[in-house]
Amino acid sequence: MLTSAWTAQAAQNNTPRQMRNVHRTEAAAVDSDPLDATDARFLLTRTGFEANASEVAPYIGMTREQAVDALLAGARTEAATPPPAWVTEPIPSVEVRRAWTQDERRDDQREQGRRYEELRGWWVREMVTTRSPLTERMTLFWHDHFPSGEDKTHYPQLMFRQNALLRRDALGNFGDLLHAVSKDPAMLQYLDGAGSRKGRPNENFAREVMELFTLGEGHYSQRDVTEAARAYTGWTLDPDTLAYQFNPKIHDDGDKTVLGKMGNFDGDQVLDILLAQPETATFITTELWREFISDTPDPAQIAPVAERFRESHYDIKTALRGLFLSEAFWDERNRGVLVKSPAEFVVGAVRGFDLGYGDQDTTALAAQVRNFGENLFYPPNVKGWPGGENWINSTTLLARKQFIEQLFRATEAHGMHPAAANAKTSGMSGSMSGPMPNMMTNAAMKPAAMQRPHAGLRFDLDAWLAQYNTTPDARPNLSMQLQLQRAVLAVSPADAIEPDVTSSAYLRALLMDPAYQLK
Amino acid sequence: MNRRDFLSMTGAAGAFAFAPTAFAAASPHPVEMRSSGYGNVLILVELKGGNDGLNTVIPFSDPAYATLRPGIGIKREQVIQLDQRTGLHPAMQPLMPLWKDRQLAIVQGVSYPQPNLSHFRSIEIWDTGSRSDQYLHEGWLTRTFRAQPVPTGFAADAVVIGSAEMGPLANGARAVALVNPAQFEKQARLATPISLKERNPALAHILDVENEIVKAADRLRPRAGQFALKTQFPGGAFGTSIKTAMQVLAATDTPAGVPQTGQGVAVIRLTLNGFDTHQNQPGQQAALLKQLSDGMVAMRSALVELGRWNETLIMTYAEFGRRPRENQSNGTDHGTVAPHFVMGGRVNGGLHGVAPELARLDGNGNLPVGVDFRQMYATVLGPWWGMNSTAVLGQKFETLPLLRA
Repeated sequence: MLTSAWTAQAAQNNTPRQMRNVHRTEAAAVDSDPLDATDARFLLTRTGFEANASEVAPYIGMTREQAVDALLAGARTEAATPPPAWVTEPIPSVEVRRAWTQDERRDDQREQGRRYEELRGWWVREMVTTRSPLTERMTLFWHDHFPSGEDKTHYPQLMFRQNALLRRDALGNFGDLLHAVSKDPAMLQYLDGAGSRKGRPNENFAREVMELFTLGEGHYSQRDVTEAARAYTGWTLDPDTLAYQFNPKIHDDGDKTVLGKMGNFDGDQVLDILLAQPETATFITTELWREFISDTPDPAQIAPVAERFRESHYDIKTALRGLFLSEAFWDERNRGVLVKSPAEFVVGAVRGFDLGYGDQDTTALAAQVRNFGENLFYPPNVKGWPGGENWINSTTLLARKQFIEQLFRATEAHGMHPAAANAKTSGMSGSMSGPMPNMMTNAAMKPAAMQRPHAGLRFDLDAWLAQYNTTPDARPNLSMQLQLQRAVLAVSPADAIEPDVTSSAYLRALLMDPAYQLK
Repeated sequence: MNRRDFLSMTGAAGAFAFAPTAFAAASPHPVEMRSSGYGNVLILVELKGGNDGLNTVIPFSDPAYATLRPGIGIKREQVIQLDQRTGLHPAMQPLMPLWKDRQLAIVQGVSYPQPNLSHFRSIEIWDTGSRSDQYLHEGWLTRTFRAQPVPTGFAADAVVIGSAEMGPLANGARAVALVNPAQFEKQARLATPISLKERNPALAHILDVENEIVKAADRLRPRAGQFALKTQFPGGAFGTSIKTAMQVLAATDTPAGVPQTGQGVAVIRLTLNGFDTHQNQPGQQAALLKQLSDGMVAMRSALVELGRWNETLIMTYAEFGRRPRENQSNGTDHGTVAPHFVMGGRVNGGLHGVAPELARLDGNGNLPVGVDFRQMYATVLGPWWGMNSTAVLGQKFETLPLLRA
């Protein structure tokens, strides 16, 4: 029964896609073809978050090049959302901290933990409201690439400043970003650079900067790590303000040999040696490929983009432009091959379905992002989040489905109790407060994860479906079903959908489908 | 079509021979079944970050120990003495009854030739059971389950608790990650069984997960009258994950707490985070070793209650040990060998492997390799599960005398 239903559905689903494929092949994927709605939505979703119809509209009819240039031109360097007031509050001095009683110490712990929650909500708010989703995606990308986090950075002011730095250079210059982030106080704490000194340098940063930030594994030796670690000594923090400072007394100014170069290098000079290696451009371009194209980087297509990236002295837009205009990016076979990250899943749902939310709700949204396995400002380790298929396991998949289910429950409540739904934060009362998903109990999970976020998310299903000329209770015809599919899925649904259901049930089935996890 | 058919159709499956005669899981004779095969459970405990072995199993009589560790070394009088030259960190006191019962084996000097000091590469080597210069895609347990499938009556190949990473179960094993079996069951109705061959690897992965959820929820469903454990579990994340692990085993048992032939899970993988102690190691490591020891003791208590103590092997592992010489930050940097703990009712307790000789460090100040970690895997595969380990590990490794004959 299931099988035959599926077969019928598959025929239904696949025909239009195959036709599209045929069309593409005949047209030899001419770059100057104007984008249709599906292409435009794909571009915006892949490079940002799921896009709603009003975001998609301006891109329809542009050439790929026009669209990509418009996207890059819209990049921002600062968040538009005002940060919490405490981000400018000075760090308590060593003397003040030493004088604290046990209770004061505990209060401080609690307060910083609360502020971290607030900071997560602030970032998620920026993600759901930004006019440049690409900027936030790149800021997330660099947060994952240059991870630092709450486990080693007690004061969230430092993580806020690092986040501002990552956004400032998100689509700027990679060399500038590398130099700046290497001296960033949160990074100096996260990879122990602040405690490294002449005589017995700490190798943590020296190793990770080669392995994870620039060259990639296999392009350096343990000896390079040991030598480079000596060059970074002296990059430290003012103990009172936790601001970066160079301390020449603990800097090792002797000769070092790093990657075949010898000299009495300081840290900046070693970073420049790393930037001079062609492997760095290839490594970063490959990481960007994995972020935006597929999990199977093609070295032959990456090489010319990496070459231009290097020639541009690491202009990030140059690399992105090369990737976004590559054949692989637009290839139909690469649609739906990437798994949405938790932030993309949550922020995408809010933006794509024009969900309403109250002022306090973005902190609850950030808690959802954490429940799906991505606790912002708290990466699991220096490699960042494992990502890709690792986002989906039995726990996180069920949590994601529960999120969708609650979204639809909210619309039912809306229909049945219009008065309640009009109240600003009660429309989806309890919507996110069902049994919390079975969470990972790893060290990264703070007790706060077990609190129930009360988000007043509101899904106006009538208004959303009206864009596709249908209503929740109407039974969509085949063409309408396909429109809905293309509006929310990157590929055809994998599961059978019962024929002859209402638009509301049809949309719910699409969002419960495994394909909805993909972009 | 099931997932394995899919794998073999796409050619992703390597061909591994196994010796069916040596494998008793499918045997109709319960006695034989309990002696080898997947009726014997493996519980892996990952010490994530790389535990400092020299402050865990301490060569206190080696004069170089105090020289290398003037700051963070464990004082002689605090060491729990095991023999004339070896002792345990004081936080591991709870393990002493197990040690005295000779149900705790300590394998010293575990690593592999040409050790890699990167967390990620080294744990990948451990997880896939590869050589240092070899890149394998699948976890060593994934290959194991392909060579010898887990009986169909099992809830899953493995249950992963406390980590989102599948590690030795990556890329193909039917592993379910969970915290609370009751909540898991409640949510599992949102998943649908789907039969479909799928070429898109990301979609194929999600379909696999959906199917695993449906099956595991069915088998791990808490039932009225299910055996209730009396063991008190330690608090904290690690204690909670141990409790969950024990509840998973209880769910597949009879209401009287007796394991049922052909049901259960073959592997449980737990993770204890936080061993990457570059800075301020002493307090942090002591807290972690205490959690580990308390957890191990709780596991023994629960497994005895469940009648599974003789059919369970608990084994720690990690990407590497740490550098013998302490660093300037009151911590230790990445090193090579580490001791690992093996316990269970059939374990041959005592010190095994190669004790550290601190006078013989290599050019980077690290200890030479004593025991290849794949010898531990070979011991699980051979004596514990009754399989041909060469087929899974790609070459022959000597087993270790960790089990009583």
